[in-house]
Amino acid sequence: MTTTVPAKAEVRENSPGTADGPRRRPGRIRRIGLPYLLLLPALLLELLVHLVPMVIGIAMSFKELTQFYIRDWTTAPWNGLDNYRMSVDFNAPVGEALLHSFLVTVAFTLLSVGLCWLIGTAAAIYMQDTFRGRGLLRALFLVPYALPVYTAVITWVFMFQHDNGLVNHVLHDQLGITDKPSFWLIGDNSFIALLTVSVWKGWPFAFLIVMAGLQNIPKELYEAAALDGAGMWQQLRRITLPSLRPVNQVLVLVLFLWTFNDFNTPYVLFGKTAPEAADLISVHIYQASFVTWNFGTGSAMSVLLLLFLLLVTGGYLWLTSRGRRTADA
Amino acid sequence: MRNSPMSPPGSFLWSRRIFLTLLTGFVLVPVYVMVSSSLKPLADVTGKFRWLPSSLTIRPYIDIWSTVPLARYFVNSLIVAGAATVCSVVIAVFAAYAVSRYSFRGKRVFTVTVLSTQMFPGILFLLPLFLIYVNIGNATGIALFGSRGGLILTYLTFSLPFSIWMLIGYFDSVPRDLDEAALVDGCGPLGALFRVVVPAAIPGIVAVAVYAFMTAWGEVLFASVMTNDTTRTLAVGLQGYSTLNDVYWNQIMAASLVVSVPVVAGFLLLQRYLVAGLTAGAVK
Repeated sequence: MTTTVPAKAEVRENSPGTADGPRRRPGRIRRIGLPYLLLLPALLLELLVHLVPMVIGIAMSFKELTQFYIRDWTTAPWNGLDNYRMSVDFNAPVGEALLHSFLVTVAFTLLSVGLCWLIGTAAAIYMQDTFRGRGLLRALFLVPYALPVYTAVITWVFMFQHDNGLVNHVLHDQLGITDKPSFWLIGDNSFIALLTVSVWKGWPFAFLIVMAGLQNIPKELYEAAALDGAGMWQQLRRITLPSLRPVNQVLVLVLFLWTFNDFNTPYVLFGKTAPEAADLISVHIYQASFVTWNFGTGSAMSVLLLLFLLLVTGGYLWLTSRGRRTADA
Repeated sequence: MRNSPMSPPGSFLWSRRIFLTLLTGFVLVPVYVMVSSSLKPLADVTGKFRWLPSSLTIRPYIDIWSTVPLARYFVNSLIVAGAATVCSVVIAVFAAYAVSRYSFRGKRVFTVTVLSTQMFPGILFLLPLFLIYVNIGNATGIALFGSRGGLILTYLTFSLPFSIWMLIGYFDSVPRDLDEAALVDGCGPLGALFRVVVPAAIPGIVAVAVYAFMTAWGEVLFASVMTNDTTRTLAVGLQGYSTLNDVYWNQIMAASLVVSVPVVAGFLLLQRYLVAGLTAGAVK
């Protein structure tokens, strides 16, 4: 194969410029090694920051890791499944609190993801066609997403203040909807406050992704549908929404994982101890680990959380992919 | 002018008008509160909320720098987010190029593993990572815990999975004939990457850089555990205004605005690329 005009495939495998001359096959090891070499930095960092810590985290969950052993965690005694037993004993305070936090998080996540998706999709579809001011509106809608989480949430904290906040001023003083100023960051209202902030911050991401997805729908589809006499709403139902399915499959999953794991929003909104009605699981585990210094139990809770997310993700992908395959067939 | 050939019915136009107006209000109110409160005297933000300031003042913008060492936090955030972005983009470009252009054993395992790290709750590896950094520090003298370096290392892996995933899609859309031509012309594989593939994928790379910067600039959990007084970033530092006896809401809003403007401005300038990048890469 040492002809002067080599086949394309061989050129691609070759890396010219090696010592033996441009047409010679470079060492097999180099050829095979290159992709691995390119992946190495990413791989090493993922190992260091994600995978190794995860394995250690799982090991910790089987240890009695209290503050006495934190200087050298390897010396902490193994205690088998005790941490797990404690976490899922729903009759004891620790397990009961975890279950409550889990249920709050599930409700919060379903509502938040649902609303973010709905608002984002609606806005993207309404803005699919050009109209005056569309560019400006699009930029404005992306602002909540572009703002650093903590500045956005701090602003909402100010708005939710009991005495000097905007929300009470509008609801109580101006509209007279509530009899007296409400507390938003403690008590039952805190769930509504958390949901509001989360949706305000999260919907532009759905908007962004759906907007990108809409640009990939061929215009000919709409033209053909219009020729067949399909109206706007029919085009929406028959073309737009079905075409968005693959985008939605990923979008909903990503929104779900981010919202379920969200720590920043509740942490900045409520501080280290969240009110019971808005006790999201990540803050709950943080508190169980760092405030009570019981890292073994905290790790066990994290592992349970990870298992739950794996299960949901796996089930979700299986269900949605299967649905798509049958639809294609 | 219009994308779809039929003019929309009145019901569509009306519902669009109502929906977009309400949504604009919802989005704008907090932005207005942030801007207007940052220009109010302290009395206006400690008493009942008022839509309009009793008088305008730029005092909060002067005071924010002395109430907490905001300039230092700013520099820290800039260094950490900037370095994390550059490293993350370079590493993601290499990894995505390997996945997009070569077939090799373990390719699927690699992509699945990297993507699945997105799923991990941060809380699960916070403590182990803290212990690893402390141990590396004890063993080698490289201070990762409490240093900017440790934070850079952590943040760049946060944006890495999404960046690699998006760039794979983007590189796949760059025709292979182009790098084959470059190889024939005598470029090595890296030459082909940097002279042909990277320039063709600039929108995707900009999008990934924007994402990486925003991720690092806004992170709170690891910043609050892994920094000390000298390395504290804005995410933690900004809470300094609220833990004092008096809550200087006008200063908090002014500082929030100062911290947000660079990111929001950059994002809005580059959002075109982000949408283009998503369209060509991730969403396909």
